[in-house]
Amino acid sequence: MRIVGVLALQGDFEAHARALEQVGARPVLVRKAAELDAAEALVIPGGESTTMLRLLEDEGLFEALRAFGRERPIFGTCAGAILLATEVTNPTQSSLGLMDIAVERNAYGRQIESRIVRLAPEPEFAREAGDGALEAVFIRAPIIRRTGPGVRVYARYLGDPVLVAHGRHMAATFHPELSSDRRVHRLFLERIEAGNARAG
Amino acid sequence: MYLMYLDDAFRVKVGLAEMLKGGVIMDVTNAEQARIAEKAGAVAVMALERVPADIRREGGVARMAPIRKIREIMEAVSIPVMAKCRIGHFAEAQILEALGVDYIDESEVLTPADEEHHVDKRAFKVPFVCGARNLGEALRRIAEGAAMIRTKGEAGSGNVVEAVRHMRAIQREIRQLTVLGKEELAAEAKRLGAPLELVQWVAEHGKLPVPNFSAGGIATPADAALVMQLGAEAVFVGSGIFKSEDPEARARAIVKAVTYFDDPQKLLEASEELGMGMPGLDLTQLPESERLAVRGW
Repeated sequence: MRIVGVLALQGDFEAHARALEQVGARPVLVRKAAELDAAEALVIPGGESTTMLRLLEDEGLFEALRAFGRERPIFGTCAGAILLATEVTNPTQSSLGLMDIAVERNAYGRQIESRIVRLAPEPEFAREAGDGALEAVFIRAPIIRRTGPGVRVYARYLGDPVLVAHGRHMAATFHPELSSDRRVHRLFLERIEAGNARAG
Repeated sequence: MYLMYLDDAFRVKVGLAEMLKGGVIMDVTNAEQARIAEKAGAVAVMALERVPADIRREGGVARMAPIRKIREIMEAVSIPVMAKCRIGHFAEAQILEALGVDYIDESEVLTPADEEHHVDKRAFKVPFVCGARNLGEALRRIAEGAAMIRTKGEAGSGNVVEAVRHMRAIQREIRQLTVLGKEELAAEAKRLGAPLELVQWVAEHGKLPVPNFSAGGIATPADAALVMQLGAEAVFVGSGIFKSEDPEARARAIVKAVTYFDDPQKLLEASEELGMGMPGLDLTQLPESERLAVRGW
């Protein structure tokens, strides 16, 4: 059983832990650098990216996460996607720089613009994760404004990428953990397996 | 059976509350305080004209904050901004929704506009948080459309005793529901004054269908850790930060204490360098007429 860490400084980390259990992984909550040791991969949940950054920096986790990401897969949703990006705007803020994407925060507007939509994912998603529409819960969501070469787009909404992968990492601007469809978490788990198979 | 808390409109409202879990929502009265709160790690700010301790001291009618003030705060920070409307004052709520605040707190801290009816919160697209002292009150607010519950505590008192009382009451009543037989739930719903379908949901799941935060009297990192250990999923701090002698350090310390609420070593670190907290009130000396928590039903 894969042990997947869930960064639990703030946000909807419990929803991710439940989702991981449902796809057959064992979630461990991570609040300190030492708790990363046992994890084969990590989820950075939704929440407030400014709050997570404050705590990452104050608690000496920022560099630990960066080092973790150089070797092991990370999946970030919403605030997690913002932290994984190389560039963050609205306003500019620091990030782990592990995925070659530029992200604009709160890009749809305030909470009144938050929404749940059903997307038709890209063929690649259907091939790797299974057919069918994908529910996407957007909460004060960011928009991925630029994707570097080598970034794979699994789903788009209104033309913008909302589910992407780069190298071993994955990011969603929506919250698959708040839907009952587990294909996105399963896809992350399969990518962990595939990475281990390549390495091994 | 139609369960409104499963529809998309309601899930989007609860979704933002989910994102605020494990965080601190701080009362602020201007852009400068809002920036300090954001920098310290607040997950959201509550835009107010006066913090509860000043409302309590100055008296008079407390209303929705001036729009200019809320707008100034919305422009100063990138985190969600909440604002309060008076209990039952749906026109204030309409104005706040048009302004675009991220959450409305239908709050007992302001002077109630209606002593019998709360706002019909399902009629709004913006989510609402409401205060509660017990499970029945929490479920009545959820039935009206509240997407987040917070214990009332006693705002502006600097005394955590009421927040503890209300959190314990809600948790105890939830646990009691989970051991009742199905046939006993209707009588319990009648006793609680809450809709049967919500009572059944709570009995089955052992929690509220929306996040349950704590508010009202939290002044120190230890207070925040206390209510978190009692089951709060996030914490509102009102007067506790900007009425203390060291707002910036205290804000950061309370953020840290909420994240590491069950880790005494981290709580010690968070408490280490702080000075005096806000002056507190002995609530046994506070007459019933000056208690904010008894507003609403």
